[in-house]
Amino acid sequence: MAVTYCLSRPATALVAVLLLSFGSVAASHIEDQAEQLFRSGHTNNWAVLVCTSRFWFNYRHVANTLSVYRSVKRLGIPDSHIVLMLADDMACNPRNPKPATVFSHKNMELNVYGDDVEVDYRSYEVTVENFLRVLTGRIPPSTPRSKRLLSDDRSNILIYMTGHGGNGFLKFQDSEEITNIELADAFEQMWQKRRYNELLFIIDTCQGASMYERFYSPNIMALASSQVGEDSLSHQPDPAIGVHLMDRYTFYVLEFLEEINPASQTNMNDLFQVCPKSLCVSTPGHRTDLFQRDPKNVLITDFFGSVRKVEITTETINLQQGSEIMESSYKEDQMDEEPVEPLKYAEQLPVAQIIHQKPKLKDWHPPGGFILGLWALIIMVFFKTYGIKHMKFIF
Amino acid sequence: MGLLSDPVRRRALARLVLRLNAPLWALPVAWLERTMRSVGLEVYTQSFSRKLPFPDETHERYMVSGTNVYGILRAPRAASTESLVLTVPCGSDSTNSQAVGLLLALAAHFRGQIYWAKDIIFLVTEHDLLGTEAWLEAYHDVNVTGMQSSPLQGRAGAIQAAVALELSSDVVTSLDVAVEGLNGQLPNLDLLNLFQTFCQKGGLLCTLQGKLQPQDWTSLDGPLQGLQTLLLMVLRQASGRPHGSHGLFLRYRVEALTLRGINSFRQYKYDLVAVGKALEGMFRKLNHLLERLHQSFFLYLLPALSRFVSIGLYMPAAGFLLLVLGLKALELWMQLHEAEVGLEEPGGGPGPSVPLPPSQGVGLASLVAPLLISQAMGLALYVLPVLGQHVATQHFPVAEAEAVVLTLLAIYAAGLALPHNTHRVVSTQAPDRGWMALKLVALIYLALQLGCIALTNFSLGFLLATTMVPAAALAKPHGPRTLYAALLVLTSPAATLLGSLFLWRELQEAPLSLAEGWQLFLAALAQGVLEHHTYGALLFPLLSLGLYPCWLLFWNVLFWK
Repeated sequence: MAVTYCLSRPATALVAVLLLSFGSVAASHIEDQAEQLFRSGHTNNWAVLVCTSRFWFNYRHVANTLSVYRSVKRLGIPDSHIVLMLADDMACNPRNPKPATVFSHKNMELNVYGDDVEVDYRSYEVTVENFLRVLTGRIPPSTPRSKRLLSDDRSNILIYMTGHGGNGFLKFQDSEEITNIELADAFEQMWQKRRYNELLFIIDTCQGASMYERFYSPNIMALASSQVGEDSLSHQPDPAIGVHLMDRYTFYVLEFLEEINPASQTNMNDLFQVCPKSLCVSTPGHRTDLFQRDPKNVLITDFFGSVRKVEITTETINLQQGSEIMESSYKEDQMDEEPVEPLKYAEQLPVAQIIHQKPKLKDWHPPGGFILGLWALIIMVFFKTYGIKHMKFIF
Repeated sequence: MGLLSDPVRRRALARLVLRLNAPLWALPVAWLERTMRSVGLEVYTQSFSRKLPFPDETHERYMVSGTNVYGILRAPRAASTESLVLTVPCGSDSTNSQAVGLLLALAAHFRGQIYWAKDIIFLVTEHDLLGTEAWLEAYHDVNVTGMQSSPLQGRAGAIQAAVALELSSDVVTSLDVAVEGLNGQLPNLDLLNLFQTFCQKGGLLCTLQGKLQPQDWTSLDGPLQGLQTLLLMVLRQASGRPHGSHGLFLRYRVEALTLRGINSFRQYKYDLVAVGKALEGMFRKLNHLLERLHQSFFLYLLPALSRFVSIGLYMPAAGFLLLVLGLKALELWMQLHEAEVGLEEPGGGPGPSVPLPPSQGVGLASLVAPLLISQAMGLALYVLPVLGQHVATQHFPVAEAEAVVLTLLAIYAAGLALPHNTHRVVSTQAPDRGWMALKLVALIYLALQLGCIALTNFSLGFLLATTMVPAAALAKPHGPRTLYAALLVLTSPAATLLGSLFLWRELQEAPLSLAEGWQLFLAALAQGVLEHHTYGALLFPLLSLGLYPCWLLFWNVLFWK
């Protein structure tokens, strides 16, 4: 007995060690899985795609927006979760030699208008006011559901804007502008109303980087097609249609997105590399300081696709006795309620620590001694000219 | 002067024509209608008629009646709210025989495309500019010039732009563009830039004012050639004539150009396909427009097709010239004021000067007479030649056009004799102050007129200012009277017209001899009066009712006793 006991001690120790290791491996595997599951923290995807310019010669802006729409839809976001705003109708424009089509590649290779495009805000409805109302949710009750952004705090939102812009503004429809400050404030409103989990903002206009300079809300990642002082250029004119078909940045983003499928593991760092200066002529920029996760851990499909996560549970929930359970748990809560914790939002972020603001440049003042010396000199000269006898009355 | 100047010949010809019962040349209306309809356009015709104030010698016409034919290509998918016009003015002196062919070919080609967002009107007019004026008046439902035109049956919306074509041969060596229009109006510079872009793209040789584009801007040749082109443009704009159909469109704020195909002795010739391609490109670009052309300049001067001088650069020049008049007027005002003060207190010394109503009142009254008489002469110059032509032809062996021109010159010269008569009306108290007051009024009058003219037709204002301002500022009764008189006569409006004709032909490298120049001058006078009556050109009334009386005032000042 003692021998078996003696034999079993190392054996048990070995078994214990093995079990522990298995357990730890299993546990780490489960942890990995759990981490995978809750990696991004979002449960649904929305997209707001805006083309802000009208007129036939801004064909390329509509083609830009429609290409992103096409990719987003292909990767799984349904029309009910896409708010598409097009400021002009290019497909049915009388100047279109190929009616009911909008091409993004010359020689009419790719028609991005398709058969099932659902435009939510069209023509003159695309205004700054409507755009901000969509973002912040302050919409009149009569607005149909397709025109609302019904996101919650577990939504990842893709916002794509294109049109004509400048340093700090984006032009809507030739008559009004939205400034980068307005946009940043709108995003802050969204944050405070818990309307997004993470936001990806892409803008393809001239001097696009100025539009994301002022963001201060957390969990925003921004990409722009050009830096301040640079113009975003268009890609190819089509001689049959007579206008430029796409802008360069979005053209190469479209090419990049055509390679993505819903199972892709491509991450944001690859998106940052799209369209280097040699192809784009302008320098695309991006901003990730407000974003909590590392961009290399962020999948493209986190924003462009709608990948549903499934959580498998082995618990059973008895729904009939649910009311008793509810009541009893409620009573328990009431009894436990004496030490009341102050209520606060989960994950309250210290925003100021996240945003690294540039130190403000103070105006240069001459050193104090200089001013003092100057005044002393003036007083000396005064007394020299008018007589030194006055001095003793001063000092 | 022309075929119709001998009354005997004229009567014989009229009898012959009446016997033939056919016009000398007419537009083949039925054929045009048939052809345009077969191409697929909506075809309409419009008839018009007009009796000119006196027979037009250069175009050999007097009682004009004709028919315009136009076809409308409707935009397939757009509402017919806007349109473009391609027009070919046809006349008996037809420098435009090939253009109709190109027009029909373009119509057939355009009809096969679906990307037109504006209607396109293909217009063929008879009696060139008269027909165009009749069509435009009927299209816009106005009656500005007394033309009797029948109302239009078919319309196509607001005209955004128009191109007029003049081609006299089926191969061209270069395309000349004309921008100056009626009363010196110009189309938006964008339209010219559009033409120039397609010239470059198609490799066509394009000229402005008949001159090639200077290549070398670094040495002196380029700027010198640019200066010549600029001066030609100034002279053409100052004349206020519509240099082609486009000039009449500009009055209705329709941007328009005239393209002339020139067949010279160059070796490299372009066929009409090249011209057609350029036109197709222009029309397609105009089709893309969503608003009227308004982004570029409306007032400019062109030293070359690819360069322009904007109004901000050239207007100060006219401003400075008028400043001379202003300063001279100020000087006279000060002198008059001092003379008053000196009269009041001959003792001198400081003290408040009291205004003198009585002598000032006499001064004003003495001014009214010369003013009224000069203005009456101007009115006579404006009204009498056309009114009195029949009386003149009865008593003198001249044709009506000659009568008009000679009456003009006669009244103009009669004005020179005025100063000897006005003095009988004017009282001679304080003669010195009399002429100074008259000169002051005349200077202000001239400055106002030239200022207003320079704002609407800069070239005319500037040209008249450069010639009239020095003479006007210098005119005074004292000093070398013959010299001042010669200067004033040489810078009178008529002499300016004569001089500018010589300068114009000199710049075009076809200089005139004196006799030719005189004939051209007489023809220009007749054309000026005629164009005022037929198109509403303002050169004739401005010169006769405005500047000539002003000039007479200075003439009065010069011969003040």
